[in-house]
Amino acid sequence: MTVTGFFSVPRITSRAWHVWRRNLDVFVKTWQVNFFPPFVEAFLYLIAIGVGIGTYVKEIDGIPYVNYIAPAILAIAVMNSAFFECTYGSYVRMYYQKAFDAMIATPLSIEDVIAGELLWGATKSVMYVVIMLCVLSLFGVMAFPTSLLIIPVAFLGGLLFAALAMCFTSITPSIDALNYPSFLFITPMSLFAGTFFPLALLPPAFGYVALTIFPLTHLVAVFRMFSLSAISWTIGLHFIWMGAVTIILVIAAINLMKRRLIV
Amino acid sequence: MITARNLTKSYGNVTAVHGVSFSVERGEIFGFLGPNGAGKTTTMKMIQCVSPRSGGTLSVFDLDPDEYPAEIKRRIGVVPQETNLDPDFTCEGNLLTYARYFDIPADSAQKRVDELLAFVQLEEKRNVAIEKLSGGMKRRLILARALINDPELLILDEPTIGLDPQARHLVWERLKMLQAQGSTIVLTTHYLDEAARLCDRLVIMDYGKILIEGVPADMVRHHAGEEIVEVERSDDVLAYLKDMGIQFEIAADTVLVSTSDAPALASTLLERCRPKKMLTRPATLEDVFLKLTGRGLRD
Repeated sequence: MTVTGFFSVPRITSRAWHVWRRNLDVFVKTWQVNFFPPFVEAFLYLIAIGVGIGTYVKEIDGIPYVNYIAPAILAIAVMNSAFFECTYGSYVRMYYQKAFDAMIATPLSIEDVIAGELLWGATKSVMYVVIMLCVLSLFGVMAFPTSLLIIPVAFLGGLLFAALAMCFTSITPSIDALNYPSFLFITPMSLFAGTFFPLALLPPAFGYVALTIFPLTHLVAVFRMFSLSAISWTIGLHFIWMGAVTIILVIAAINLMKRRLIV
Repeated sequence: MITARNLTKSYGNVTAVHGVSFSVERGEIFGFLGPNGAGKTTTMKMIQCVSPRSGGTLSVFDLDPDEYPAEIKRRIGVVPQETNLDPDFTCEGNLLTYARYFDIPADSAQKRVDELLAFVQLEEKRNVAIEKLSGGMKRRLILARALINDPELLILDEPTIGLDPQARHLVWERLKMLQAQGSTIVLTTHYLDEAARLCDRLVIMDYGKILIEGVPADMVRHHAGEEIVEVERSDDVLAYLKDMGIQFEIAADTVLVSTSDAPALASTLLERCRPKKMLTRPATLEDVFLKLTGRGLRD
């Protein structure tokens, strides 16, 4: 495949939603198991880090520490749910269950299948965020109504991380090798993207790197503006960055998977 | 129904299918035979629009798979070699989910699923998880899944692999029923009795090429003669056959002789060489296959 081949715009049809629906049906069948983690996760993070560390930290830039990290908890949930769904989840469906092979024997194309998987990853992010938002709002750390805007933006962020994940899935030699992006990229990002402390504490060079290559930095910044109801004009820049990167990654992910699966 | 001219598929510098030409007519059962690696599955994948061809022309329902994959795939049913049922759903769930991929509305899908579960005798397993099914049940469910869109063309890649005789007979009977209802069927198989029994026409492939094409009975008559005498290998037997200038083939400790008068040859051999074991039988497709593709193992 040539370099331009990676960025040729794929032909996706509305049949992609059938793949999305298949994943939703499976998710709903086991809903108790699926709704439990975000619910518990919100509690654990907020109590351990927010209340625990918050006892000593008190506030950052004049904002109570619990309120400061609450949007980061949501952004990390968006990242993790979409990323893990479209790495380990998609890999299992592709490689072990041969589900994509079964799907492309129908009018679905590989482009439809991957688009459906990405839409599903983004949807999962939204569902997780909705559940966690309910928990967090009980603690009174979210400003309303602006915090409601986090829900649609979770879809955009979810799509971004789903596409990023699918790019790794398309080139991974085995399921174990997916541990590399998880531990070398996702875990550091959840700690160093302006999540639990401001980027300004780090050397300026690092701050620029985080803004350039860590998608989470932008998502946290946007979520924080909404949850604190303190929206500045820079939100536009964050959206432009995330929008552009999402488009590029979605197109690359579909073309890379096509290269892997269509021989 | 399907026309291929000089169809070629290469992966890098390996050529899996090397310029094959064939055509499949409406309503027939057409077989692809050949040893492992002959290019059968690759050819199937090009027909079912999941693997783009590297060269030649191919048309399915008079459409080009490169240009109209969704339109073609809407009208075909596929039984893959590998069992790829969805483990997250029951038998019924598998069929209903698959129906959705074909844009079949929910109510007509439910009706079709009920018919198909009865057709493959899996009504009692409707709500059973895939992992609880036996190998034979899984293959039957895959056949049902391939029929969900009422396909004009059914493509089966080793449909009876690993089935017990009862299940194989059920599948054969069902395929014949489908043919009687007007379906066109293309299949690959390693079971030559299955091919001889089911196929109206077939090709034998090897190393990416078609060696012969025809009606099974004609092929047998033409390439393997009418009858075969199998006699235990001994120096006496070999010496006699050589002296008489009779063609023969050696397979391990057995000598095979193709003949049009088996009783005469057998009685002569019995008299002259006193073999401990000997039998005569009609020639089969297996004789043709082994004659053309050799007895060496492929993988």
